[in-house]
Amino acid sequence: MKVKSIFLASALTMTLISTGTAMAARDMISIVGSSTVYPFSTAVAEQFGKTGNFKTPKIESTGTGGGFKLFCGGVGVKFPDMSNASRAIKDSEKENCAANGVKEIVEVKIGYDGIALANTKTAAPMKLSRKEIFLALAKEVPDPANEGQLIANPYKTWKEINPELPDTAIEVLGPPPTSGTRDAFVEMVMVAGAEEFDFIKAMSKSDKDRFKAVSESMREDGAFIEAGENDNLIVQKLQANPKALGIFGFSFLDQNADVVQGSAIEGETPTFEAISAGKYVVSRPLFFYVKKAHVDVIPGIKEFMGEFTSEKAWGPEGYLADKGMIPMPDEERKQVAADVANLKTL
Amino acid sequence: MEKNLNQPMKPFSVHMNKDLQRRYRAEKWFQRCGIAAIVIALSFLFLLFASIIGSGYSAFRQTFIALDVHFSEDLFKNENLAAADYPAITKTSLRSAFPEVKERRELRSLYMLVSPGAAFTLHEMVRENPRLIGARQEVWVPANDDVDMLIKGQMKADVPEANRRLKDNQLRWIDQLQKDGKLETRFNTTFFTSGDSREPELAGIWGAVKGSFYSLLITLLLSFPIGVAAAVYLEEFAPKNIWTDIIEVNINNLAAVPSIIFGLLGLAVFINFWGLPRSTPLVGGLVLTLMTLPVIIIAGRASLKSVPPSIREAALGIGASKMQMVTHHVLPLAMPGMLTGAIIGMARALGDTAPLLMIGMVAFIVDIPGGFTDAATALPVQIYLWADSSERAFTEKTSAAIIILLIFLICMNAAAVIMRKKFETKW
Repeated sequence: MKVKSIFLASALTMTLISTGTAMAARDMISIVGSSTVYPFSTAVAEQFGKTGNFKTPKIESTGTGGGFKLFCGGVGVKFPDMSNASRAIKDSEKENCAANGVKEIVEVKIGYDGIALANTKTAAPMKLSRKEIFLALAKEVPDPANEGQLIANPYKTWKEINPELPDTAIEVLGPPPTSGTRDAFVEMVMVAGAEEFDFIKAMSKSDKDRFKAVSESMREDGAFIEAGENDNLIVQKLQANPKALGIFGFSFLDQNADVVQGSAIEGETPTFEAISAGKYVVSRPLFFYVKKAHVDVIPGIKEFMGEFTSEKAWGPEGYLADKGMIPMPDEERKQVAADVANLKTL
Repeated sequence: MEKNLNQPMKPFSVHMNKDLQRRYRAEKWFQRCGIAAIVIALSFLFLLFASIIGSGYSAFRQTFIALDVHFSEDLFKNENLAAADYPAITKTSLRSAFPEVKERRELRSLYMLVSPGAAFTLHEMVRENPRLIGARQEVWVPANDDVDMLIKGQMKADVPEANRRLKDNQLRWIDQLQKDGKLETRFNTTFFTSGDSREPELAGIWGAVKGSFYSLLITLLLSFPIGVAAAVYLEEFAPKNIWTDIIEVNINNLAAVPSIIFGLLGLAVFINFWGLPRSTPLVGGLVLTLMTLPVIIIAGRASLKSVPPSIREAALGIGASKMQMVTHHVLPLAMPGMLTGAIIGMARALGDTAPLLMIGMVAFIVDIPGGFTDAATALPVQIYLWADSSERAFTEKTSAAIIILLIFLICMNAAAVIMRKKFETKW
């Protein structure tokens, strides 16, 4: 008896599954991509779902690269409609898209994100330059005794790099290489810091691979600690260790302003105003990309784009600013909003 | 020899006593080590529970603010109730509560005290009872997460104003609300009834619980019958040859494969090849089925093996067919063990996130799933997503979700133990 009923149940499930396959249409916008854009994209999606006549879009946090891979998979309900990105789409990704029939893509720049190098409020705030950060964190640095030569990073304390800096051990917690925040930090701080040494800069022309290795390798002797993808964890660790600095996104600094403080980089502290004015150098633009072929096929895409690019969302006083996104200047917002309305493709 | 025997013997018992004492000592040491191991394990468990419950219990309460709401007719001129400007209603009532606030920036920070969810609460009220239009009523709406954190003591108020998310004037208003009895913490029902949200005060676990439920239902309905059938065939009917040996090795191998591999397989087969919809409990359940099947088969075979051969021989001896022998005698006796294996496999499936990552169930989904083909997440995924959110209030939500998950796991494992105790047959 028991066995019979079990077989019956499984047969039932099988039919259930086959009917499930039959439904192909999708009435929910599907978004993939960057984990940096995720908090902003989800805020818009929630607002959109609760106030409009459409279902709340589904947003997967896959990372920028992973997002483009899914996005460029093809045209059709199986594939996502939009992809969030914390950098502009690469040519190789565009080619991949085109090869799979995704030819018309609308690029929407939504704002900026800053990356902070912060320590706990109980310690003194730091003032650093990109060159100093490079000297503190790179695997190989120029030999002070022997010009034009590289040696394994000998610096143990900040004071050894610059006598004006405190006499504390270099200890920086940062994200692992899989993180977009790490990519952006390396690109905007480490590479820029490396380029301030002429002989390393010359390498970028003569020996590209060597330049990449020198400028992008973080030291592995314990002074730079990979603390995992979770920025909350880094904030907690900073509170426990007043000597340490941590690398994380501006929104986490904004939310935890009572316990951590951002270090000044090139003379500017990471504040809302400084990033928005373009004075704080470690900031990057955020984007989302839309498949034009899906607009009007999946309900609500145009309206969602409208919500994202409305003043009450991305404006200086909009709800995305409350979430920690840095708005673009007025002119730029107007321009992007107009391009979005016309569905201008890349 | 004779001589030897007649010689006075050494006191043998002294020797033996010494040896015996040594052995007792060794045993005592061994037992002490065992107890120490248990104490260490339990204290770690206690530490885990204490830290999770300590940081999570506060999420079950939520700060609410009383608003004197006037559902003015002017705002409902349009026939469509959804189109009314509900945020404006909350703003008006906040302004009337603090008439001295006039300046635009100040007003903005005043509006920040209540959650954006207040507008949804009002909308819900009007939809349920349209006669409210034109009426005046006191409504308790959720406070913003910053206010909630302050009231719960998880945000410091004694730091300079620039370092606080709540500014001096906001603190003053909160004090006044508290004095007037218009601010209090209540049981957080939202946490148990709603789906995910970007606003911590509106985020709930119900969407994830339902997603997990649908996924596990599919897993149970598929993996249990298939697993039992496979175990019965392999144990009772299959010939013992090289092929069944290979199958056995493979099943044991599959049980040890990291779960992310099953996710990749699910992505390739169920989504890309079969074209099943992404991010749904249907695909999630199928992937978790692949993961639990080997566990159930292995547990099933072990419990079939534990049924003594005499039962089989007796059944065959009185003329039962092999099929009757299995279905009437062996299977019922082996069932408790199989169920235990199934429950433990399901508990593992409930707690796993990695395979769901590949099939798109690690996603922000607000709507509560209503079926197998609606987009959904699962409990452990929800924990992962909240743990990664920047808002302070999500920390306690994360711990609260872990408490819920642990309760489910404890229930399932307890059920497995009880079932084993109740139905187990001693031979």
